[in-house]
Amino acid sequence: MKTSPPSNSLAARILAQDIRAAGRLMRWVDDNLPEAEAELAALYPHTGNAYFIGITGNPGAGKSTLVDALIKHLRAHNLRVGCVAIDPTSPFSGGAILGDRVRMQQHSLDRDVFIRSVATRGNLGGIARSTPAMVQILDAMGFDIIIIETIGVGQGEVDIVRLADTNVVVAVPGLGDDIQAEKAGLMEIANIFAVNKADLPGADRVVRELRTMLNLHDQKPDVATWRPPILKLSASHDQGVDALLTAILDHRAWLEEHGKKRDRERTRAEQFVRLIVKEKLEERLENASSSAEWQNTLDKLLNRTSTPHAAATELLAKIFGE
Amino acid sequence: MTENTPQTRTYRVLIGKPGLDGHDRGAKVIARALRDAGFEVIYSGLHQTPEMLVRTALQEDVDCIGLSILSGAHNTLMPEVVRLLAEENASDIFVFGGGIIPQDDIESLQQAGVRAIFTPGTSTTDVVKYLIDECAKRYA
Repeated sequence: MKTSPPSNSLAARILAQDIRAAGRLMRWVDDNLPEAEAELAALYPHTGNAYFIGITGNPGAGKSTLVDALIKHLRAHNLRVGCVAIDPTSPFSGGAILGDRVRMQQHSLDRDVFIRSVATRGNLGGIARSTPAMVQILDAMGFDIIIIETIGVGQGEVDIVRLADTNVVVAVPGLGDDIQAEKAGLMEIANIFAVNKADLPGADRVVRELRTMLNLHDQKPDVATWRPPILKLSASHDQGVDALLTAILDHRAWLEEHGKKRDRERTRAEQFVRLIVKEKLEERLENASSSAEWQNTLDKLLNRTSTPHAAATELLAKIFGE
Repeated sequence: MTENTPQTRTYRVLIGKPGLDGHDRGAKVIARALRDAGFEVIYSGLHQTPEMLVRTALQEDVDCIGLSILSGAHNTLMPEVVRLLAEENASDIFVFGGGIIPQDDIESLQQAGVRAIFTPGTSTTDVVKYLIDECAKRYA
């Protein structure tokens, strides 16, 4: 079903490697323009070839520096790399300062590297609403590897797991303790632990703590279980990044060997859909709860003549147009 | 993608530091002011070439590029960014500049296609207002 989109469309230009067109469609997606949908639909049949790497970890852990170094090594293998780097939107102004590129500018002239900074625009869960569409655009352009760098709130980084094939959790010495990692659910997310800034004191302790926690987590390891390696590295000195890339490729081979690659793709496809549905439901919720009628219901709630559950039922009926 | 959400655009601006000077305080003050005004600000970091900035602008689909130059090389670097944008068919992305720029140079820079120059003493409020107006024209 690979039909060619009309030659002047953004989709056609994107398939012809037009950087500007790709940047523009990403903007349409971010700004929620209805025109984006048809362009994305034209691109979707051309997706499905990229391998997705998620990079997450606390703010200040060195994620951007690590991505920069990783891109360099991927390029040495002649792989084309797309990257979506996510930073938080200010809850006060709706604006954002997107500074991940500062650490990645050595690649800005490389035609085989495409970096896009994205603001979360209010979305929780470590990624932006527009992330799925952005990675689809990069995938359709034929980038071999797509890196998603999350905002790294440390907690609630759930969405990324469902998008990436290999998730790298970046840890550093001196930030929080093992309980923090447990709280954040990072242990379950990680396919690989990268202990960055390993030239600083305390790196070995972080490695030991992670190892202990991993042991607690998988009581009975079997062949079908991937045991996340814990790697020490220093991204800013480009030390240990080659080993990280090897571990990523090992994980990829492991997924393929155990028939799990397809599972990941399925989960990702499902996530693409779920996120759209979620968004549309949220819009309907916003619309339904902005009516005058809804204010009356709220008054009833305040007078204790209605209950939250009754009001919710009313709102749901409205959302689904009953 | 939506049925009845009004279409609002979030303006995006690239704040770039081309050339050799390492004085980025001005750039950071402007970046902060624009963020507080609701812009998404992509900050390039120091020592960028015009080629790097233009490539970044295309990937990020910004509305405009702000160049902060305190090295005295504005007469070379600013028109070069304008020229490269034209080469990429991207002249709709407008360029503005800031820094220590002699009055005599401002007119020639504007003739070379730089939309506006802000010199020391300009209030951030004025810069923000100007950029909001100029960006709004792009979507009018």
